[in-house]
Amino acid sequence: MMIPVIAYYVIFQYGPMYGAIIAFKDYSPMKGVMDSEWVGLAHFQSFFESYYFWRILKNTLILSLYSLCFEFPAPIILALLINEVRNKRFKSIVQSVTYMPHFISLIVICGIIKDFTNSGGLINTFITYLGGDGQAMLQKPELFRSIYIISDIWQGMGWTSIIYLAALMNVDQEQFEAARIDGAGRLRQIWNISIPGILPTIIIMLILRIGNLLSVGFEKIILLYNPAIYDTADVISTFVYRKGLLEFGWSYSAAVGLFNSVVNLILLVLANRLSKKFSENSLW
Amino acid sequence: MKTKKSGLERTFDICLYAVLSILVLITLYPLIFVAFASISDAAYVVAHKGVLWRPVGINFEAYKSVFGNKAIWSGYKNTLFIIVFGVILNLFMTSLGAYVLSRKNVMLNKPIMIFIIITMFFNGGLIPFYLIVKGVGLLDTLWAPIVPFAINTFNLIILRTSFQSIPESLEEAAKIDGANHFVILFRIILPLSMPIMAVMTLYYAVDKWNGWFYSSIFISDRDLFPLQLVIREILISNSTEGMSSGGSGNDLYQIGETIKYATIMVSTLPILMVYPYLQRYFVKGVMVGSIKG
Repeated sequence: MMIPVIAYYVIFQYGPMYGAIIAFKDYSPMKGVMDSEWVGLAHFQSFFESYYFWRILKNTLILSLYSLCFEFPAPIILALLINEVRNKRFKSIVQSVTYMPHFISLIVICGIIKDFTNSGGLINTFITYLGGDGQAMLQKPELFRSIYIISDIWQGMGWTSIIYLAALMNVDQEQFEAARIDGAGRLRQIWNISIPGILPTIIIMLILRIGNLLSVGFEKIILLYNPAIYDTADVISTFVYRKGLLEFGWSYSAAVGLFNSVVNLILLVLANRLSKKFSENSLW
Repeated sequence: MKTKKSGLERTFDICLYAVLSILVLITLYPLIFVAFASISDAAYVVAHKGVLWRPVGINFEAYKSVFGNKAIWSGYKNTLFIIVFGVILNLFMTSLGAYVLSRKNVMLNKPIMIFIIITMFFNGGLIPFYLIVKGVGLLDTLWAPIVPFAINTFNLIILRTSFQSIPESLEEAAKIDGANHFVILFRIILPLSMPIMAVMTLYYAVDKWNGWFYSSIFISDRDLFPLQLVIREILISNSTEGMSSGGSGNDLYQIGETIKYATIMVSTLPILMVYPYLQRYFVKGVMVGSIKG
């Protein structure tokens, strides 16, 4: 019974891992993976020495760190706020509305972003209304990161908050009772009871996040970016995509991809170890 | 608990409701804007540029163009194919795997689990994956977005956890009656797991509905484009020319704008309409997933 499942994993998950050896070869489609020439670390070397290396590494890291700093806390804050709402109706309205963008496809989201940020778009209208200058925002390298992060928060915040809301529901209600009797205000209760109560969940989510630090959502970047903003928008995965699939630099691109996977793995192991040491929460 | 609220409490509540209301508005307004713009007169929308509080000069031309576009229909058809066959395969493979791994007495259970979990944390990368799919001969078929994604490891683990909670005595009883593994899985385990299977179906179906990236690299035949790729051409690459018939350059540009909005509506409305009914199942899925953590 297990045969189809194992076959699937062998072919489509382990197959590519084996195929990754083309990163050490000069792959040519005519010869195939086996018979292509070995070139050792040449592709890695030329990648590390190239102008792109620092640019895409920097962009990837900055975008990841921004998303860690701004995107990660957003659903936690939202969950804490929703948890304080006593009016059931209002609560369910807030939840339903904030979950909604999660269900809109990425293509549509990016279509909307492009439309709203172009020079005559909705956002620019607001800016001109407030006395600023309208501009084609997706042509500005310095604005790309903000657009990326803000739209991500818009789309994902509500949905991710579900996990924290679930965790909040499991916090012992008697503690709130006791705190109230002791005269603790609402903010105090959030700070001293709610947040510690969901801390294990937060840490697990954080570890998972760090393990993916170098895999920023490249699908979205591919849909949004253009050569004018490669300086801030090009990340490792989009580079792999362009070099490999659009320019057919199979081996070079595979080397870059492999570099990405390895760094991710190292980060994950590190994050897990740190967390084990400091908080007794870990993935394994 | 009818104690009088202190001033501080009240301020807190006011701030809370204000912040959340603003949030609701920010989340909702872009969608409302698109809805209004899509049924507005093209010339007005282009001239108006900006905040719409109601449709201006109601006009359904854009929808006519969208529905008159053959690519949209074939996109819907291809997406439907991918969803139906994809989800069937997903459910079949995931429950097979989850069933075997949830049994305690299976040989090599642990190593197989490790073998599977490794794939969540490490992969060979995009290029080798592409070459495998190419090598298997799936390129430029509608199976390309289906077969290589037969199992989502995260879903497999969720399902396994759920199968584990089914009492073993049921299975033993069936065995005594001469049932083999397939009978046990399909006649006993799955019927008892309908709620979680519903969640799985939803998750997989939404993935298939929204997926575009792998279709875009695996499929180059335009007749096989799923809906999302068709929309991408209209929204991202800005090619609406083929859709509006006749008219001068300026007219084309104007109607092009509203066609974009109409396309968004046509491709998003189905999912937004069913979502309120499905929401609780999704939420349940997220919860199950998070408990495993």
